[in-house]
Amino acid sequence: MNRATFPHRLLPWLLVAPQLAISFVFFYWPAVQALRQSTLREDAFGLKTQFVGLANFRRVLSDPAYVNSIQVTAVFSVLTAFFSMAIALLLAVQAEKVVRGKGFYRTLMIWPYAVAPAIAGMLWLFMFNPSFGTLAWPLRQLGITWDPLLNGSQAMTLVVAAASWKQISYNFLFFVAGLQAIPRSLLEAAAIDGAGSARRFWTIVFPLLAPTTFFLLVVNTVYALFDTFGIIHAVTGGGPGKSTETLVYKVYNDGFVNLILGESAAQSVILMVIVISLTAFQFKYVERRVHYG
Amino acid sequence: MARITLTDVRKSYSGMEVIHGVSIDIADEEFVVIVGPSGCGKSTLLRMVAGLEEITSGTIAIDGRVVNDLEPRARDIAMVFQNYALYPHMTVRENMAYGLKISGMPKAEIAERVARSAEMLELQPYLDRKPRALSGGQRQRVAMGRALVRDPAAFLLDEPLSNLDAKLRVQMRLQIKELQRRVGTTSLYVTHDQVEAMTLADRLIVMNAGVAEQIDTPMRIYERPATTFVAGFIGSPAMNILAATVTPDGAGLTLPGGAVLACPAPADPGQPILFGIRPEHIRAVTQPGGVGAIELTVLAVETLGADAYAHCAFPGHVTSAAEAMVVRLPGNAALKPGERLHAVFDTGAAHFFDPATGRRVGPRR
Amino acid sequence: MAEGEMIGVKTRSRVIAHFLLVIGVIVVAFPIYYVFIASTHSIQTILRPPLPLLPGPELVENYGDAMTGGVGRIGGVGVGRLLWNTTVVALGIAFGKIVISMASAYAIVFFRFPLRMVCFWLIFITLMLPVEVRILPTYKVMVDLKLIDTYAGLILPLVASATGTLLFRQFFMTIPNELLEAARVDGAGPWRFFKDILLPLSLTNIAALFVILFIYGWTQYLWPLLVTNSNSMNTIVIALKKMISFADADTPWNLVMVTSMLAILPPILVVVLMQRWFVKGLVETEK
Repeated sequence: MNRATFPHRLLPWLLVAPQLAISFVFFYWPAVQALRQSTLREDAFGLKTQFVGLANFRRVLSDPAYVNSIQVTAVFSVLTAFFSMAIALLLAVQAEKVVRGKGFYRTLMIWPYAVAPAIAGMLWLFMFNPSFGTLAWPLRQLGITWDPLLNGSQAMTLVVAAASWKQISYNFLFFVAGLQAIPRSLLEAAAIDGAGSARRFWTIVFPLLAPTTFFLLVVNTVYALFDTFGIIHAVTGGGPGKSTETLVYKVYNDGFVNLILGESAAQSVILMVIVISLTAFQFKYVERRVHYG
Repeated sequence: MARITLTDVRKSYSGMEVIHGVSIDIADEEFVVIVGPSGCGKSTLLRMVAGLEEITSGTIAIDGRVVNDLEPRARDIAMVFQNYALYPHMTVRENMAYGLKISGMPKAEIAERVARSAEMLELQPYLDRKPRALSGGQRQRVAMGRALVRDPAAFLLDEPLSNLDAKLRVQMRLQIKELQRRVGTTSLYVTHDQVEAMTLADRLIVMNAGVAEQIDTPMRIYERPATTFVAGFIGSPAMNILAATVTPDGAGLTLPGGAVLACPAPADPGQPILFGIRPEHIRAVTQPGGVGAIELTVLAVETLGADAYAHCAFPGHVTSAAEAMVVRLPGNAALKPGERLHAVFDTGAAHFFDPATGRRVGPRR
Repeated sequence: MAEGEMIGVKTRSRVIAHFLLVIGVIVVAFPIYYVFIASTHSIQTILRPPLPLLPGPELVENYGDAMTGGVGRIGGVGVGRLLWNTTVVALGIAFGKIVISMASAYAIVFFRFPLRMVCFWLIFITLMLPVEVRILPTYKVMVDLKLIDTYAGLILPLVASATGTLLFRQFFMTIPNELLEAARVDGAGPWRFFKDILLPLSLTNIAALFVILFIYGWTQYLWPLLVTNSNSMNTIVIALKKMISFADADTPWNLVMVTSMLAILPPILVVVLMQRWFVKGLVETEK
């Protein structure tokens, strides 16, 4: 369609200027610098800088700590995405069944969205604090040696729980919207065809929900990759013994704490590639959501 | 009140010319309708007058002042859009007052003008409603009111009735005509509906593919269409246009299927010519033998009540539904498909067109 | 009810649904309720698990303590200041982003100018450059521009990103052409059209985006962590993290819980009170 427009020439430039300026100063320029830095290496005192091509990337990718970090990130993301989506879907389906109290349940369900990831992590750490956490106490009574600050898999369990908890709200709202978009007549037709409620769910509701699920999968992956930095930083600091050191945390840690600039930049670039592919993926496949209706 | 003068107005989109030079001098208080099929450029032409489309070449003048480079607001025009384009968040009153408010008119005068226009259009009960609480006809009247309060030099109306149902359309058509006569504002009106065009216009511009095929009063266009396009477009049902050949003696025409019609034509013997005759200028007689009667086969009959239209073919000539001859009959004519009909052509009302150019050729004296 | 019966939602399955939802709500809301409970007990009660399930008697004392300096003993900065900082950042990001993205979307949709699509893509691509992938160089820019420990430093870099522009662009494109043309004929220029017509029509979208952005700004972590050195410029989230990173036994958990309550209450109120716009904003910004 031909859009009706104003004939001005200079005004639109003034209007886009602020956003472009900020984008250049804080997005493009630093991104280019990250690219440049990833090909350089500084000596220990930061006195000499040397062009090393892809050496930083080779080093990073062959570093066992980085490989570990990739594994940690994968485990963390898959678990977080799975639990937050599974619980949200279960609750959304129940919420669609009830007649009364929908609004009430929704209101209580969306609270965690407003909680900062770092605070979410702190709350869970507080509840499961090995010495005085109210929820750690029953574990201790059951004879479980519970200490997420010393045991790597317990630490992972805790951050996954906190990260999933925070994301349930978001997924819940999208699943509810997705469920509401499914035509009632389809379910009625299936009921007339004699399908029971479990069967109706797996043969009709779940497939029709696929676009929503797929979209949430991408969003949750991005969330687990990036937005959970606060949880890791506030709760475990990547520990114990790098067992919860995700990719983003490692970039931060290597660059800011350990000041290994070249390698941190190389890691940034790798992350950039991951984000770009995820975004491209999302736009290529998730756009279809619209066509599914 | 104003004259609007278009001089060789052209429009191109990225090198493609879509309006091929239109000129017209619209008199003060005149009601001119631009009519044509969709995509003929009629809306583009109107929007160029409004200042919503740039003019590629030529000039548009309102009251002697060339407005080519003026913003719409500086042209002293008001426009009524097909979908009314009412501001959804403003009440009827605010919608009507908006243009006046921008021009800085004192509040009291705005209120008075809105009240006056609302009265003319019987909109008083709705002044404080939002557009979404109005029916289609009411919205249309608000759109008219918004133009009316401005008291502009000219009204520009872009298919203002096409979103209404048939009955309302007829009502509003009469109301618009009456309104324009009362306020006497020069009006330029675009429509694809030739009935609307015929009933509203003081003068018509018939457009096709970016060309103004004919500019004249409705009756003169009906009686003397300048091209086959105009002949086919104005009048309902459309004029029958037959590919004929002048007989060797020059006194008649050989029609498709071989029948010969006694009718002098403005062409040399043996030459092809397009013969046009309106359905209402053919009289049907049921028994053969009438003077000059031509035999036709009935393909289908449409009964409209007062009239019926028979779609016919020449015997022995393969005719598709689109090229069928249409003959007007009385509403109670009891003809069935497959039956024969004998038609007497009122050759005095015949039209002739050049097969090469499609232009009208006058009867030879 | 007849309709419900027809697709087999019987009373029994509805009871099960309610039951599961109640459990869900408990799981989801419990941590927040638990913070509130903890914030009303003394440190001694907290350190002797399990914690009671009902509010304790120390509510007034704890909150009074936190407000008047109990927290100050740790971060060196009062809770009031921290809340103020966070509010400035959250509102600055929300309003800044709305203004900037509306302006650019307005230009891209309602004007034709050279390099228009280039501008659009330049804005769009920033989606793919989150802070996390350009931490160090961005930090360096902040240092060079002397933006460390300033509100501008906390707000500006987060003000430009594509989501707002995309949302407004999408909404603006649904405005019928004729509305703009009618306004032009009525004598409205770009500013009047924006102010009198586009802005009023955009209000729900603005409210929706505001909720999302306010939460986004309030819950920022990595960025404030980087650009604030001085405790007095901390946001409340960062201050909380600093409070608990001291030795475990000395942490005044009751005051930490009060601070947590203060840190999560404002965004929760915004989400709950503006729920309608929140849900709309969430669903639409992700389209």
